[in-house]
Amino acid sequence: MKPLHTIKDIARESRIVRNRVIAACFGILFLAGLLVLRMAQLQVLEYEHFSTLSEDNRVKIVPLAPTRGLIYDRNGVELAQNTPTFSLEIVPENVDNMAVLLTELGELVEITPADTERFRNMLKKKRPFQSVPLRFRLNEEEVARVSVNRHRFPGADVHARLTRSYPRGASGVHLLGYVASMNEEDLQRVDAAAYRGTTHIGKTGVEQAYESLLHGKPGLQRVETNARGRILRVLERSDPVPGNNIYLTIDASLQAVAERALGDENGAIVAVDPSTGGLLAFVSMPVYDPNLFVDGIDSKTYRKLLASPERPLFNRALNGQYPPGSTVKPFVGLAGLELEQVTEDHEIFCPGWYRLPGRERRYRDWKKWGHGKVDITQSIVQSCDVYYYTLARQMGIEALHDYMALFGFGQRTGIDLHGESAGLMPSTEWKRRSKGQAWFPGETLITGIGQGFTLATPLQLAMASATLSTRGVRLRPQIVLRRDDAATQSHVDLVPETLDTVAPHLETNWQTIINAMADVVHGPKGTARRIGVGATYRIAGKTGTAQVFGIAQDEEYDAEKVDKKLHDHALFIAFAPVDNPRIALAVLVENGGSGSKAAAPIARKVMDHYFQQVIDDDAEQLILTAAELPTDENAAARRMP
Amino acid sequence: MSKLQPLWTPHKALTPTLNAMHDQRTLAQRLHMDIPLLLGLLLLSGIGLAVLYSAGGQDTNLLVRQGIRLAIAFTALFVLAQVSPRHLFFWTPWLYVIGILLLIAVLAFGDVAQGAQRWIRVGPLNFQPSEMLKICVPMMVAYYVGGRPLPPSFMRILVAGVLVIVPTLLIARQPDLGTALLIACSGIFVLLLGGISVRLIAACAVLASAGAPVLWYFMRDYQRQRVLTFLDPEQDPLGSGYHIIQSKIAIGSGGIYGKGWLNGTQSQLDFLPERSTDFIFAVFSEEFGLAGVLLLIASYLAVVFRGLFIATQAQDTYSRLLAGSLVLTFFVYVFVNIGMVSGILPVVGLPLPMLSYGGTSLVTVMAAFGILMSVHTHRRLISA
Repeated sequence: MKPLHTIKDIARESRIVRNRVIAACFGILFLAGLLVLRMAQLQVLEYEHFSTLSEDNRVKIVPLAPTRGLIYDRNGVELAQNTPTFSLEIVPENVDNMAVLLTELGELVEITPADTERFRNMLKKKRPFQSVPLRFRLNEEEVARVSVNRHRFPGADVHARLTRSYPRGASGVHLLGYVASMNEEDLQRVDAAAYRGTTHIGKTGVEQAYESLLHGKPGLQRVETNARGRILRVLERSDPVPGNNIYLTIDASLQAVAERALGDENGAIVAVDPSTGGLLAFVSMPVYDPNLFVDGIDSKTYRKLLASPERPLFNRALNGQYPPGSTVKPFVGLAGLELEQVTEDHEIFCPGWYRLPGRERRYRDWKKWGHGKVDITQSIVQSCDVYYYTLARQMGIEALHDYMALFGFGQRTGIDLHGESAGLMPSTEWKRRSKGQAWFPGETLITGIGQGFTLATPLQLAMASATLSTRGVRLRPQIVLRRDDAATQSHVDLVPETLDTVAPHLETNWQTIINAMADVVHGPKGTARRIGVGATYRIAGKTGTAQVFGIAQDEEYDAEKVDKKLHDHALFIAFAPVDNPRIALAVLVENGGSGSKAAAPIARKVMDHYFQQVIDDDAEQLILTAAELPTDENAAARRMP
Repeated sequence: MSKLQPLWTPHKALTPTLNAMHDQRTLAQRLHMDIPLLLGLLLLSGIGLAVLYSAGGQDTNLLVRQGIRLAIAFTALFVLAQVSPRHLFFWTPWLYVIGILLLIAVLAFGDVAQGAQRWIRVGPLNFQPSEMLKICVPMMVAYYVGGRPLPPSFMRILVAGVLVIVPTLLIARQPDLGTALLIACSGIFVLLLGGISVRLIAACAVLASAGAPVLWYFMRDYQRQRVLTFLDPEQDPLGSGYHIIQSKIAIGSGGIYGKGWLNGTQSQLDFLPERSTDFIFAVFSEEFGLAGVLLLIASYLAVVFRGLFIATQAQDTYSRLLAGSLVLTFFVYVFVNIGMVSGILPVVGLPLPMLSYGGTSLVTVMAAFGILMSVHTHRRLISA
């Protein structure tokens, strides 16, 4: 082969290449300049922007959920606490084969299909390094079993977390309420910033009503994370502020006694301290276990609760609206005296029925053959219906309505629980508005004995008797005796709130009524005389037997023949001691029959317990002097009607 | 093959002179090393190891492995520097044919890794024929174009085009679009340096832009996605756009002076993907800032300009064209990688030469510089 150069112009070729290389040099400089400009743009001009983005990448704010405040009864008995529970949690990114892991864990602890399903759903929402709970509430044995075998399950671990629990179980559930996982609705309602990191929220009862105090303030952690979100170090931390601890006015033992006293009956008992408005017992039966709701109730149990004919979820004390029956008589009687419709010694003759002039229909007395001659005292003691038919007709519905309203009938009491029912105190105006009908005179008669349209909640009845007992001071019922603010080391005590005062026209009128009520229990003819036997204190009371269904004219009501759910409701209102009332209460036994037989003995049991224990223990605590009253903070927390 | 004659031998009369000259040469010349180029490469390797240590999360094993690769690569450089360009010239057609056959073999029997068929197993070694072609293609084109007076005729350009297109398409089939385009570039650079007319270049550019939609047709889905992502990275910030967004954050947050070595949060906290390999430049920029970037680009330019100088000093057309093409291709690698990492070019998955972690391409780059050193140190000293 010939040398390459022989037929070529070496110098020319060299020049061609050199020129091209020079051109290439310019091209390279141009492109390198382009890169430099680009870098200058990113690193100088847009430095701030990218620096911020980089910082946002690196630093995350992690909320620290506050510890929920505890709830105690008035004596410091724990009603709601936070208990450490153990859950089995899995970090997905550390798991090689999830199906195998779940199967093997299933051999150590019980994992239901529901657990697996919830786990799989949560798995989709979490990032791979975030722990996902598989099982809640492991028992000690399960914790031990998993711990011993932990080396076999990388990615699975037992975590301790605080879970709300209610040590007294179902007792007082309608007052206390419960917490449960926040749902979409809750998330939209609450302040998102305050609830970052919080999983549970109060759903009913005190847990709901005092959510803002119990919840506390979340803390924050500024942390450095890597790209997968794993926390590498904590840059800054502000601790969460735990929620306030709350002491309820309720006495847990009284509550339990009251619940036991109702036994298998459905009903409600509300007991209140007439001097403060603080509730002492708040019972609705039957009850259910609030602990079921904390970790999410399974749908089968929930359906069962919902479908139960006993309606355990229904808060009878707060939302049960019943005809008050004869328990209204002391109030109607007082209205008669105060409005000067009757005098103390005015007597009427009760033949066992009442007939409006010119009408055929007979309004019957509960006592078929009548009470004979009856004055106001006997009308209450013997619960004469005819007396009140007469009085009501004489007063007219408007006066009756207005006077009853002074005692809170037909109005919400303003208790600090959500969703209270208002009851109903009818009037001509109400009937025209809601039914579009005129008022019939006969309706006035039955309103006079607490039947007809009249409806009241057990809470309203208890508050009305409290008002009667204090000779006219109508207080707002309250359930919080004291709350401790851990953050400020201070506490706020209950301040009685007077809603209204029923100014007595004549003090003796009130005394007459109260004496008559005392005779109901202690008098020889009293409808509740059986419970007065052996009482060491004097009780003022009034029985009530409210018809659930109307019986036709001239037809006999025979408890034996009608279905239990059509039986009359038994009611009893009372307060004691008569001259220095410490407790006022209302008892309702749904379909319990007569007030004197079914309801009054229950009231006696509750009061006996109260006077044996409670009064001795902390009567002092209940009395607040004006000097102790906190001012602004408390006023803000107050809820005016 | 033994029948083949050497393509070039010095005239007998020169031998004594050359021997005498040999004796006067420095150690570097005797080892066929070009000191400025070597220093530049060593500097870049040093920077590379430092950044890799940071990008790899201070993993010394990673560093040792890269050190071994560098050693192998420098050995390849040294060995190739000893091979005279005339021997390379002699072997060029054979190497080219072997390279093409290997590419076909890869498509037929190669190992599949990450959806691409690039590797061929030879005993215990994994071998990537496309790397070999990075050097063989410019060699072959230089061999062919340099065999006739420059500038090449239109026919020769067409034939040279075929010589380039065949391996390009084979590699694109693997698929490895980035490498295929770079290999095409290296062939085209030979033609450009060989002096093809400016008008032809312009015409080709027009054709190329017209051919872009055709290229789109040949692209795989992930390649199309890369182009789309380049056009608008924000459209899929957690998917394919994530790389480029995080990379720009890394670079931009570096500022003028950088966050300091080992202190880049984007890289140390794993926000930056592929930070040891294709995106190592972002790590460097974050930790050393614009100041470091200027220094790094300057280092690359120093190596490139020294290489181009060597090309102009070469004594035969083959050496000139080959050396020039290899250097320009090296620069294109640098430009494309930095351009892609900083978001002015689409993500094409090309490493940054000398800095990115990985062995095969490093050996190829060093081999190319070995050829440059050979070209420079095997010159016949003809006094002017």
